[in-house]
Amino acid sequence: MARALESPPASLPAPAERAEPAAREDRLARILAPIVIAILVVGGWEAIVRVHEIPHYILPGPSLIARELVESWPVLWPSLLITVKIAALALAAAIVGGVGLALLCSLSRWIEIALFPYAVVLQVTPVVSIAPLILIYVDHTLTAVVLCAWIVAFFPILSNTMLGLASADHNLRDLFELYGASRWQQLRLLRLPTALPYFLGGLRIAGGLSLIGAVVAEYVAGTAGTGTGLAFRVLEAQYRLNIPRMFAGLLLLALTGVAIYLLFGALSHLLLHRWHESAVRRER
Amino acid sequence: MSLALAPQTEADEPGRETAATPLVRLEGVSKVFANGTVALAGLDLVIGRHEFVSLLGPSGCGKSTALRLIAGLGRPTRGRIVGPEGAARGAVGFVFQEPTLMPWATVFDNVWLPLRLQGIGRREAEPRVGEVLAMVGLADFAHAYPRELSGGMKMRVSIARALVTRPSLLLMDEPFAALDEITRLKLNDELLALWRAQSWTVVFVTHSVYESVYLSTRIVVMAPRPGRVVADLPIDAPWPRDEAFRTSTAYNALCRRVSAELHRAMEG
Ligand SMILES: Nc1ncnc2c1ncn2[C@@H]1O[C@H](COP(=O)(O)OP(=O)(O)OP(=O)(O)O)[C@@H](O)[C@H]1O
Ligand SMILES: [Mg+2]
Repeated sequence: MARALESPPASLPAPAERAEPAAREDRLARILAPIVIAILVVGGWEAIVRVHEIPHYILPGPSLIARELVESWPVLWPSLLITVKIAALALAAAIVGGVGLALLCSLSRWIEIALFPYAVVLQVTPVVSIAPLILIYVDHTLTAVVLCAWIVAFFPILSNTMLGLASADHNLRDLFELYGASRWQQLRLLRLPTALPYFLGGLRIAGGLSLIGAVVAEYVAGTAGTGTGLAFRVLEAQYRLNIPRMFAGLLLLALTGVAIYLLFGALSHLLLHRWHESAVRRER
Repeated sequence: MSLALAPQTEADEPGRETAATPLVRLEGVSKVFANGTVALAGLDLVIGRHEFVSLLGPSGCGKSTALRLIAGLGRPTRGRIVGPEGAARGAVGFVFQEPTLMPWATVFDNVWLPLRLQGIGRREAEPRVGEVLAMVGLADFAHAYPRELSGGMKMRVSIARALVTRPSLLLMDEPFAALDEITRLKLNDELLALWRAQSWTVVFVTHSVYESVYLSTRIVVMAPRPGRVVADLPIDAPWPRDEAFRTSTAYNALCRRVSAELHRAMEG
């Protein structure tokens, strides 16, 4: 005890020095951990396929899928662009429709009471079951497919934006009232900024859902459809028992979904990092 | 809105700053909340022009409720409130018990808000916003966001925001409770100087006997459950009030008197 007091322990660095490497280690681990998992899974998969000599029309190995992805890139890439276009159109329509309807509902309780139940009905009805009907009634196939994807993507934006518009701090609302703010001023300077984080949360969900909606609609449309989206390519590959190409198409879809998620995550961070609790760095 | 008020207020013989013209008048005001809480019961209160009135009372006695009713935020369940006029045009400044800042806006934008709502642009508002920010000692923080400020700094932003419209009636709900002693005393003095220079009327909610005696021309002591006025004490101490006043025997005597009233109020 006495000796410990005499000589200060040399192994304990000052807190400031300690913080830096810890943060760097953390960042490194965040990148490395998923990569290690990927290597393990892909390596294991390849090994199982080779050791058991599983035929490629049942389960192709990762190397074969990679080769197929490169070889059929001229077919898959344009198809991916079409699917992304459908998803983007649907998402844009969902933003316009969702935010628009949310604004209407915030303007009048009666509009909310009259319309919101139908938004819920639209949300809970599985899109696979409405899609065939939409494809019958809407002649233009691209429009029909976009409509299906819109149905899926629209609700999270609507409900999140509605919640956000109604969440303005009560004292701040009083403050606006005290200074005689017009409804427009209240909306622009108080309700919309309050709703922004909620809207962005909805957008992150809707972004992924619009892609899922586009894929489902393309599946249902099948050969009658636009015929060239990525989901159609996957379906086509399935008919031809070209399982490696199916996997390649699915891989591409999954990567697109991840890209959309990251994109909106980045957008959200960009817009909120100065002030919102979800985006500011915690400093302790 | 017309009021025929008998000059009975003359009888009080308050300090020379206390004028008789009423600015706000609460007549038998009661407030019962939806959950059945009786926050105020039969509150009678006349606030004269250029008075500095402190509402003093234990926690939960309805001070905030009364202040909000005066500002026109919410309606009394019974009774009526006359005045103040021109509230919507920035004639009333309100400092909430919490800072109540917009987290997405910088300090400058938060303070600019009351002017902005009156259609005054950023350029035009800049000198006035700068002036009040300097007054509360936050000139260097105009571009900070509320989350980057300490609790007391946020409160000072909120005070600056209330001052920026140069209101003729200033309603303050425990504005200095979160501040350190030195800053509080400094802001006390600045508030007093402003009040004397600008011929404002101030209604000031506080827990602190010392603060209320230092600042006020009149102290209204309230009692809880249900909230009501139990004492209305004119503070006829001389002006200017400064450090010398704080150590004077007159000040101590007044504090003892107000304290005694507050104790009586709390015992019911
Ligand atoms: N929105 C509300 N709904 C129901 N009851 C409320 C509401 N606001 C206040 N009250 C009640 O009214 C009473 C008076 O509240 P008020 O906030 O005016 O007290 P106060 O004197 O300002 O207290 P403090 O000094 O703690 O701020 C309290 O009993 C409180 O519970
Ligand atoms: Mg209060």
